[in-house]
Amino acid sequence: MTLTAYIEGIGLIGPGFANWPGSQAVLGGQRPYQPAKTILPTTSLLPAAERRRSGAIVKLTLATGLEAIQAAGLNAVNLPSVFSSSGGDGENCHALCEMLASSDRQISPTRFHNSVHNTAAGYWSIATGAMTTSSVLCAFDASFGAGLLEALSQVVADNTRTVLLACDTPYPEPLFGARPIPDAFGIALVLAPERSAQALAKISVSLTDMPADRFDDNALENLRTGIPAARGLPILRAIAQRADDRVVLDYLDGTTLVVDITLC
Amino acid sequence: MNPLWLSHFTATSSIGHGLKQTLAALRELRTGLAPCAFDTVDLKTFVGEVAGVDSIQLPAHLADFDCRNNRLALLGLMQDGFAEAVRAAIKEYGAQRIGVFLGTSTSGILQTELAYRRRDPASGALPADFIYGSTHNTFSVADFTRCFFGLTGPAVAVSSACSSSAKVFSSARRMIEAGLIDAAVVGGVDSLCLTTLYGFNSLGLLAEQPCRPYDAERNGLSIGEAAAFALLERVSKKLNADAVLLLGVGESSDAYHMSSPHPDGRGARMAMQDALKMADLQPSDIDYINLHGTATQNNDAAEGLAVAAVFGTSTPCSSTKGATGHTLGAAGGLEAVICALALQQDLLPAGLNTQQIDPSFKLNYLLENRQLPVARVLSNSFGFGGTNCSLIFGRADSSGLVHE
Repeated sequence: MTLTAYIEGIGLIGPGFANWPGSQAVLGGQRPYQPAKTILPTTSLLPAAERRRSGAIVKLTLATGLEAIQAAGLNAVNLPSVFSSSGGDGENCHALCEMLASSDRQISPTRFHNSVHNTAAGYWSIATGAMTTSSVLCAFDASFGAGLLEALSQVVADNTRTVLLACDTPYPEPLFGARPIPDAFGIALVLAPERSAQALAKISVSLTDMPADRFDDNALENLRTGIPAARGLPILRAIAQRADDRVVLDYLDGTTLVVDITLC
Repeated sequence: MNPLWLSHFTATSSIGHGLKQTLAALRELRTGLAPCAFDTVDLKTFVGEVAGVDSIQLPAHLADFDCRNNRLALLGLMQDGFAEAVRAAIKEYGAQRIGVFLGTSTSGILQTELAYRRRDPASGALPADFIYGSTHNTFSVADFTRCFFGLTGPAVAVSSACSSSAKVFSSARRMIEAGLIDAAVVGGVDSLCLTTLYGFNSLGLLAEQPCRPYDAERNGLSIGEAAAFALLERVSKKLNADAVLLLGVGESSDAYHMSSPHPDGRGARMAMQDALKMADLQPSDIDYINLHGTATQNNDAAEGLAVAAVFGTSTPCSSTKGATGHTLGAAGGLEAVICALALQQDLLPAGLNTQQIDPSFKLNYLLENRQLPVARVLSNSFGFGGTNCSLIFGRADSSGLVHE
């Protein structure tokens, strides 16, 4: 069984990647990849109070999502959304666990509401005014694949556009030692059921057990394996190389995703 | 939508392990709430704690998953022949054709809370026996369930706070409809932890006494824990008259505030209307509404307005959280099972603990059980971040899908 959709917009932020247009030369192989700490843009879209309260995962999600939607020439207010993150707001989680292990457990209300996995989805809805449905998912290292399948299911079953926002941010120590995500990374994709003028590529996805594609470049391969959301990078590489391709993405143990990419 | 069949379902909460105990508690108007004696918690509040979770042992090959949340999941899976039903479905459809969609808000975070008490005094490191991925991580309970059954199809945790295990029905519906899977294990598992107890306390939303949904004097929620599961399949054969079907799902976002619902219940209204639309039903077709009804001032006020706007004042409704407590990420799944029992047992469950219904509500809120034929019901689940989900379930004999 194959699920098909058209990519209409891409957002990308990560170590050495400031946005999608600026990353294509690297992913296309014309320029070497030079890792550099991820720079998280601030957004003017959130009201000041919410902006102050929002952590790295919110900034990353908003920025990648808006980049993809603007590139597609769409308005976020009408789009359903799929948020997939392997861990939520790591800094906030650490602060909560530290307080709850101390003699003073009086945590702050903001800490608590930022602890839910759908924090970024909530801020997204407030920032964009979107009252549409959002699916908020986690599948640990398989989170990109899980988000992609959910988004494709929306497109195919409900014949609707949707935006996939797959984002991860690091934990501080000591959780970093148990879950060493090295930096923040996010991919956003606007997916549509029909080919339109702004379509970049058609993707057809099915489950397989073929081994996942690896990057020849060590630094890019470390990025792909180090941050769950970066498991989606082979799709972006194919689009950056401007050539039809078949790529295999890591998903669950023993189950991978084969993606046929046809440029539009 | 094409109706989906809940071929098997089960629930374990503070009112009972499995359907038989759950139904008995509902019939006897028995609450599972008791003064909080969980871990070292020093809050004056009531909780709905599930008995016997600590003594559950995970199979040896799944020992890395050991934490309270996965013990509760296993306890739940062992009730009502649910695990056997999943194994039979694997034989019928194949392990890759069955998806796992489980809702949770905090998964195994308790494991990390406890590990933070045992940090190395010199380095600050967490203890060596702490395993993040298979305990704390939000996916843990879905991954545990997937590994427990040896399923190889799509698997995911849905974690949108207190709408999580209602929204799993929507994700499963889409994936079945898209053809990627033939059946789905859906549900929700959430267990007591310090984050939610002290968190809701920080917001001033914990009641000191058992929660009183829709009461004039309501003053907050009581936290509970639960594991609820359903096996969703396409309707491919004629069903028994009392078979339970998923008929519609409505989802929306408030776009308003992180921890308060839209005061007019705008998002809640949209979710209920969209569920009716998907089910191709009128408000008058719904015989009972299982309210989100957390017993906080804001939730019940907003939901009450939204329900009255969509349904008017006569549809019988109640919140069962006075019995079970608010089981957060498991609430949608637990209340879906309570709705399934309502449909099969002709029982409209009363809302417990409520003494005087808030006179500002123009609703038919049930303070006594009612025994009468029930054809279709709606269940509401709303959560932090302004996430809303309404589910409509119905009996097969009301949907023309019955064995003649």
